[in-house]
Amino acid sequence: MNRPRVVPPESAGARRPKAGVQAFMPSVSRDIIVSNSLGLHARPAMAFVDAANQFASKVTVSKGGEEPYEADGKSVMQMIILAATQGTPLRIAAEGDDAQAAVDRLVKLFEDKFGEE
Amino acid sequence: MKLKEFIVADAIIPNLKAADRDAALQELVASLAAAGALPKSAVEEVVNSLIKREQNGSTGFGKGVAVPHVKHPGIKQMSGTIGRSASGIDFAALDHQPVFTVVLLLSPENQPQQHLQAMNIVFSNLQKDMFRRFLRQAATKEAIVDLIDEADQGK
Repeated sequence: MNRPRVVPPESAGARRPKAGVQAFMPSVSRDIIVSNSLGLHARPAMAFVDAANQFASKVTVSKGGEEPYEADGKSVMQMIILAATQGTPLRIAAEGDDAQAAVDRLVKLFEDKFGEE
Repeated sequence: MKLKEFIVADAIIPNLKAADRDAALQELVASLAAAGALPKSAVEEVVNSLIKREQNGSTGFGKGVAVPHVKHPGIKQMSGTIGRSASGIDFAALDHQPVFTVVLLLSPENQPQQHLQAMNIVFSNLQKDMFRRFLRQAATKEAIVDLIDEADQGK
């Protein structure tokens, strides 16, 4: 954005991230619904983690409802703990320079039902 | 869901004789059959499908544990057991480390929700460092059953 900076220097400084803090990382999320009949069992969980590991971004998959849980999208164990059955809404989020590409790819896995029914 | 709802205490093996993956699967499935959890006639077929499943992608998800699982029409009620190996077994685990604890799960067909719930409770516990460590150290069937009871009570 080429907006002219009209903020006073001290407040602009306040907005600047401290050294070492990851800031202004692109953050992208999409909501999906688990549609394959077996749900997110071990095989799809592993396929998801394999795909997530091809991106540098941090990936999380979270579930609301009665037992909310946020899984590290790069941990097979945590993805299995989601126990996401068919019909479960999930939020896929990524944070990092390749966040958009990661979310696009990971959402596609769910849309393709991981090659299942 | 609780672990003791599907872990068959009589089938727990605190000291696996098997030194490799396929023998461990055989030992655990035979133990479940001996405890009455599946027909003895189904053992060979179940073992073969477990081996095939492992070849398609190891269930050794890291941290010294493996959770081989399969669905089979001969399984009327979801059943599982636990095997412990003091020396460790090569399960072609994702982290390339030996497996000391095997949690084997057999599910009926057409019960995907029940299967996911069982996997959820197994992994929720296996995620805990203390549970994994105690399980690895539990040298008797009774010690493993006690651990399961404690885990089910959320201790």
